[in-house]
Amino acid sequence: MKKVITGNQAVAYGVILSRVEVVSAYPITPQTTIVEELSELIANGRLQTRFLKVESEHSAMAALIGASTGGVRCFTATSSHGLAYMHEMLHWASGARLPIVMVNVNRAIGPPWNIWSDQSDSLSQRDTGWIQLYCENNQEVLDTILQAYRIAETVRLPVMVVLDAFVLSHTSEPVEIPSMEEAEAFLPPYCSPYPLDPQEPKSFSVITTPEYFFEFRYKIQKAMEEVPEVCQQVEEEFYSRFKRRYGAVEKYGDEQAEVLLLTSGTVTSTSRIVVKKWREEGVNIAGLKIKRFRPFPAKEIGEAIKGAKKLAVIDRNLSAGVGGIFAQELRAALYSQEERPAIFGFVSGLGGRDITPELLEEAIQYTLVHSQPKEEILWLGLKR
Amino acid sequence: MVGTKKVNTNKIKLPAGEHLGRGHLACAGCGAAIAMRLTLKALGERVIMVFPASCWSIIPGFWPYSSFRINAVHAGFVTGGATASGLRAALDVKGDNETLVAVWGGDGGTFDIGLQALSGAAERNEDFLYICNDNEGYMNTGTQRSSATPLMAWTTTTPVSQPKENPKKDMMAIMADHQIPYAATATIAYPEDLIRKMEKARSIRGTRFIHLLSPCPPGWRIPSEISVKISRLAVRSRVFPLYEIENGRRYTLQEEKRIVPVKEYLKLQGRFSHLSESQIEEIQKRVDEAWERLKRRVRC
Repeated sequence: MKKVITGNQAVAYGVILSRVEVVSAYPITPQTTIVEELSELIANGRLQTRFLKVESEHSAMAALIGASTGGVRCFTATSSHGLAYMHEMLHWASGARLPIVMVNVNRAIGPPWNIWSDQSDSLSQRDTGWIQLYCENNQEVLDTILQAYRIAETVRLPVMVVLDAFVLSHTSEPVEIPSMEEAEAFLPPYCSPYPLDPQEPKSFSVITTPEYFFEFRYKIQKAMEEVPEVCQQVEEEFYSRFKRRYGAVEKYGDEQAEVLLLTSGTVTSTSRIVVKKWREEGVNIAGLKIKRFRPFPAKEIGEAIKGAKKLAVIDRNLSAGVGGIFAQELRAALYSQEERPAIFGFVSGLGGRDITPELLEEAIQYTLVHSQPKEEILWLGLKR
Repeated sequence: MVGTKKVNTNKIKLPAGEHLGRGHLACAGCGAAIAMRLTLKALGERVIMVFPASCWSIIPGFWPYSSFRINAVHAGFVTGGATASGLRAALDVKGDNETLVAVWGGDGGTFDIGLQALSGAAERNEDFLYICNDNEGYMNTGTQRSSATPLMAWTTTTPVSQPKENPKKDMMAIMADHQIPYAATATIAYPEDLIRKMEKARSIRGTRFIHLLSPCPPGWRIPSEISVKISRLAVRSRVFPLYEIENGRRYTLQEEKRIVPVKEYLKLQGRFSHLSESQIEEIQKRVDEAWERLKRRVRC
């Protein structure tokens, strides 16, 4: 069934099709329409789900930690300050190895107050042990939620599915919605391997000395290392059923391009248009969409950029003191490679300022004419 | 509604089940260890207990060992009310109506840092039993003041040159004003009363709150052998009256007939040894006022 729906509605459909058993959430713009939609569906009896309308995001995640420990599939959605407020519990969810799935609608963090798109919220949670998947369109949002549960329940790590504020969350697009039967065939019911049985009592998250703690963290890293292969398997199965696939990264344009434009989220859609136009004008260029941020797809990117001389990275985020976070991660990932392309780190679109085709053309133009970037941070669209 | 009862001192048979095993790490004379043993006897094995950070994050023992014979879920400091809400929801979804979800939080995790999550859960009338093990300070971190620390008490952050300037927060009143079905105070010197209240709480649905006063020998600066005595004196001096509140309105007071002056309670504790006679009088005055306030609530 094809429907014209917003990104946030696509999230709600993803949750329904995943037969989530417990939802716990607190409202924050631009996430609110997700919880409104879910509340409506539950109140109408269309969704057999317990919805805990908690008093804060910290409690939203804590409640899911309780629910997931209790052995049910669960979900929350948040944004910006709400995500920051959850920070402690994000560590707890991954440390306790709970397969929680959360949607974060990318929004700037204040002050000054700003409700528009900016990846600084989710990227500042990069060290919390969550898998992070960034979506380009509403179809991908729905599909990624279904896949996220499969991934989370296989490797026992939580997954954050990320979409841009307003550009996706409040914008309608045609979305193919799988039937419940199709969804069930792809995503079976969740069965916790650690049931809470009074005959066989267990203790969870017990205090652990230096003698053992280290190994718990090592196991999280090992689980992260399984993610690329698990994602690929899950996606292949998804493709066989639904004929759609996304990949950890996606290259488009000239296979042998010397200049690559790297983007994530909705900027990729703009980039597709711009790359196409420049290729038609005879420029040897390609685009690279990065969907999976954690674990960082160093291997996949390394393969995709073979032969490239220059990478123009568009970061809609800022780690003050360093620059764009995707560029930073890319520099670290590529350092061990023999051939290292020049990395042009553009920071743009903070606080929801539009990243227009013209701005991307400016970035391409700069990258073409310079052999190396003149500055560590190249500010794109900044009013000076 | 009038509801004044005598404290039940008749010997009762304690439930035989032991769900706290040997080898735990509580200090000698720990009031909370006695309270835990009695509580688990009363609640039985069909309980999942949530532990926001407190002494009980440590006492059961270090991984891979535990002295618990129940399902125990350790949780973030702030999260007692929220984690329990989620666990309850999971059990409900699974159709398990028998297993009790309980929280065991300290006074820090209840009066202070966890108050928001607890208030949220109580307002939603989440179906769990919240037990506040109150030892009147951050004892696990070495005796710092909390909002449960009594007026003028010494702690490491309220030294004798500047003892605690504020009175203890009235947690029972806060919980009662959430209009939850059941709230009660209990302490280890009255085990039959403690067990009765735990059993009663277990039989009710919705948010239930039990405020346990648990003497802490190192934190209160008392010898380890007088924990039970101090617990009894807390009740007899009316510092910690035993009472129940149903639906936020119906108060039942278990009146202790053998009343002692507050001084009898204070003088055994090193944390109050700096107090002058006039300060003790001030505390007595406040205890009397609080008692009268409680009596008014019982009567109306």
